[in-house]
Amino acid sequence: MNPEGEGASIEPRVTPLYDAHRELGAKIIDFGGWLMPVQYPTGIIVEHRATRTAVGVFDVCHMGEVHFRGERAIEAVQRLVTGDVARLATGRALYTVACLPEGGIVDDLIVYKLASDHLLIVVNASNIAKDLAWFRQNVGAWCDIWNASDETGLIAFQGPRAEAALQTVTPTPLGNLKSHEILDAATVGGVPVSIARTGYTAEDGFEVFCHSDDVRRLWDTLVAAAAGVGGKPAGLGARDTLRLEGRLSLYGNDLTEETTPLEAGLGWVVKLDAGDFIGKAALLRQRETGVLRKLAGFVMLGRGIARHGYAILDAPSGTRVGEVTSGAPGPTVGKNLGMGYVPTRLAEAGTRLTIDCRGKPVEAQVVKGPFYKRPH
Amino acid sequence: MSAQYPNDLVYTKDHEWARIDGRVATVGVTRFAVDQLGDVTQVDLPKEGEAIKQGEIFGSVESVKAVSDLFAPLSGKVVKVNSPLAESPEYVNEEPYDEGWMIQIELSQPEEVKDLMDAEAYQEFLKESAE
Repeated sequence: MNPEGEGASIEPRVTPLYDAHRELGAKIIDFGGWLMPVQYPTGIIVEHRATRTAVGVFDVCHMGEVHFRGERAIEAVQRLVTGDVARLATGRALYTVACLPEGGIVDDLIVYKLASDHLLIVVNASNIAKDLAWFRQNVGAWCDIWNASDETGLIAFQGPRAEAALQTVTPTPLGNLKSHEILDAATVGGVPVSIARTGYTAEDGFEVFCHSDDVRRLWDTLVAAAAGVGGKPAGLGARDTLRLEGRLSLYGNDLTEETTPLEAGLGWVVKLDAGDFIGKAALLRQRETGVLRKLAGFVMLGRGIARHGYAILDAPSGTRVGEVTSGAPGPTVGKNLGMGYVPTRLAEAGTRLTIDCRGKPVEAQVVKGPFYKRPH
Repeated sequence: MSAQYPNDLVYTKDHEWARIDGRVATVGVTRFAVDQLGDVTQVDLPKEGEAIKQGEIFGSVESVKAVSDLFAPLSGKVVKVNSPLAESPEYVNEEPYDEGWMIQIELSQPEEVKDLMDAEAYQEFLKESAE
């Protein structure tokens, strides 16, 4: 049962791969009401490096899948998201956000256009019930909207060897599948799947959808294929350090209903010349007046690791100017990294900030762009 | 491979261990603590000469996921710090009872040792906590 009403169920939920994770010796944590593997026995750093050098295999079955179907499906999704849905070609994916009328972010999403009258939105696990209610409240009468989260399995297969490894288990030629494209009718190890060239690790890679009844078989196939190129299963811990190095935002930390996409550095997903989406007027105003604060990325210069919730201080004065929204060591970049909202004048590259690491002031420096970019 | 919980050590409920040698105790964290922490990326320790007090925070361990406090198993003066941990915090994961030791304390109140658990009692404590 998927609770679609208000609030989350108290009993934590599991994905169909829970037993697979236990068999692999994973350490399990409660992540937003889901019992998920945070790491396998070799640990986060090894999983992180395996994803940067070969392939990481991630259970992301907890993510939500919401379908929009009907003559007005495009119009409905366009009303909900800031991206240009009308110009999205069939078979392509779009990273975008849904906003409140005031501009705050309801969720960050990937919209896949499966056909001219059929779109799929992949939403964050913790937001499934909220998003469904929001979608239905606003455009429920425009087209069929249904929640396929329970019957959909999703595995991310990410890393520089992902194409080579996945090609060993699918007859579908992957070389033709470009970044942000989706193939709706393929097979992997005999399992019917959709393969998208998308991900959340700042690497090349795929996200493979199947029926949840088949997902264990798909998982075993993908884990074996990954092992063939030196890859391995990776948990939420590595997923977090990988996305942070790529400076990809995490909903609930870096993005919330209190932050707008313009403040979050997601101006590129806001297409103000696109349709009349919810939040457009507020975002137009904010673009004209300029944002008062911005999500800054920073590297720690001193010895210390910024963590979610630590105060950010103005370096000379020591006054509190913001809060860390994400922070962790970056195993590939070899520095301790973080993000947080600061007044716009302090978000310029090179600006020195002080992070209050549990009472110990540690110097940090704002940097522009991703901390890690894949070579090639 | 060292034992999971060596018999020659004493243990705290906060998952530190101490190896007593006369008036000096060597201190670190247990295999259980290490498994909970995951990859250790930074260890913050007191300086040599500082006084620490049983049950109070004497440092912290940063793993990829989180930061955790270290609690002094015994009171005394820090006489030696495992300085290689600054460059190689992974020793804590790899050899928590050997290369991964953290500090040596000259005990000011050696009688405090009786407050700590032996290996058997500690493992019993772990079992009870898991239930």
